[in-house]
Amino acid sequence: EEEEEEEGWHRLYPGHIPTSSLQKALLAAGSAAMALYDPYRHDMVAVLGETTGCLALPNLRDKMKNHPEGYCILQERPHIRLSTLDMARLQGLPDGSLGREYVRFLEDNKVSPDTRMLPKFVDDEELAYVILRYREVHDLMHTLLGMPTNMLGEVVVKWFEAIQTGLPMCVLGAAFGPIRLSTRKLQVLATELVPWAIRSGLNASCVLNVYYEQRWEQPVESLREELGIFPPP
Amino acid sequence: RALLSRPAAALRPLRGLAAGPEMHFGFQSVTEEERREKIYQVFESVAKKYDVMNDSMTLGIHRVWKDILMHKMNPSPGTLLLDVAGGTGDIAFRFINYVRSVRERQLQRKLKHHQNLSWQEIFESYQKDKFNSLGDSQVVVCDINREMLKVGKQKAQHLGYSEGLSWVLGNAEELPFDDDKFDVYTIAFGIRNVTRIDLALQEAYRVLKPGGRFLCLEFSRVSNPLLSRLYDLYSFQVIPVLGEVIAGDWRSYQYLVESIRQFPPQEELKAMIEDAGFFKVDYENLNFGIVAIHSGFKL
Repeated sequence: EEEEEEEGWHRLYPGHIPTSSLQKALLAAGSAAMALYDPYRHDMVAVLGETTGCLALPNLRDKMKNHPEGYCILQERPHIRLSTLDMARLQGLPDGSLGREYVRFLEDNKVSPDTRMLPKFVDDEELAYVILRYREVHDLMHTLLGMPTNMLGEVVVKWFEAIQTGLPMCVLGAAFGPIRLSTRKLQVLATELVPWAIRSGLNASCVLNVYYEQRWEQPVESLREELGIFPPP
Repeated sequence: RALLSRPAAALRPLRGLAAGPEMHFGFQSVTEEERREKIYQVFESVAKKYDVMNDSMTLGIHRVWKDILMHKMNPSPGTLLLDVAGGTGDIAFRFINYVRSVRERQLQRKLKHHQNLSWQEIFESYQKDKFNSLGDSQVVVCDINREMLKVGKQKAQHLGYSEGLSWVLGNAEELPFDDDKFDVYTIAFGIRNVTRIDLALQEAYRVLKPGGRFLCLEFSRVSNPLLSRLYDLYSFQVIPVLGEVIAGDWRSYQYLVESIRQFPPQEELKAMIEDAGFFKVDYENLNFGIVAIHSGFKL
């Protein structure tokens, strides 16, 4: 009881920091400003997502609850991490399969699934999982959309995610991300990539309702069709 | 309401003195050893952003507080200062600046009195004194945390401080210095983090020369009720947010504001300093008690 007393109210999950509404508001403003000022502060993007997601996250969770695969994910709480993935097996899968392409994406862009931040400021244990799942699935979004991890690719994925999840952080990222792009890239973005991302986002069923860990063998094309993502330009 | 209240745990009566194995780390209850380790980790984690955070949290006012401390000290050239928990060097650099300017004025006055000397003699005397711009003053910066010292040394190099400055790794509760060595002992915003304040005060007494002065700059108690509430609101609502946004470290700054509440108020600290053997112990409130400077003499 000493442990609980120290925070005054319960810590709902490891890493949870309970915050008042004022603190959340200040955090949202501060993290937004800092993320714009220093784009390498990925932790600020994460904090922004957590402090502004109070409407979008329950929405997402309900979408998951009402879908058989999504419900399964909520129950079993799988995690996409190096410790849970069998990288050797995924690499051995045929080209074009989700697993093979995902590993290729990780290697080409030199990223790892273990760099995702754990949530801190979400005051509901289940919603904390939802946002963590969204973060872990982000790299798979890149794979499904065929977008690299440069600024341009990230912005495109953000547009897609903004439509799909409704998270204010995605909306802000999609709107402000392009600020740092050259005009040539902006043109490509505006004329081809964003319209495609929006169409796909609207057309596709909820991407969080896919139990990716059970679909490594499925070809990426087939998964795209199933979800309703149009082929990338 | 969550807005104005801080965590339900009432302020525990455990203050600086070790009342048995249970101690406070902010509002948590820990053992002595745990406390030392946690505090070490806090400062290891914040070291690089320490100065930026200080400026943001206090809106730059901490610089004024430190300037006031230096003016109160009013060191003359030749003073040997020990700055404990001096980590990033703020007090040490101010000390060097202060004695340098006092020394310059001394030299100017000396020159004025030498109006009847030849140009050659004036030039020679100027040369001699030039190599003694600090007038033999020295400051030793002592800190228990390697990271903080590292940042301090880098700052010194960057700002061009080298003469009269030493950096020593050491524990305020057990200083690596001989008895009766220093003219002045300072500890600015450090004594709050010491686990056994009584030991630190005893050590301060030991290493000071007879006639030496003890100066402590630290957060203290705001007695004005309205101001106190505003201060609490700012401390608990804003400061951890600043810590998260600027330094990516909520917890360390949560600890900081909690530790301020756990620290003894002005009169109690005064009594503790007297217990260590100091005389003419006094304190001066700055900003209504947000900060206080305690002073004592070893006679």
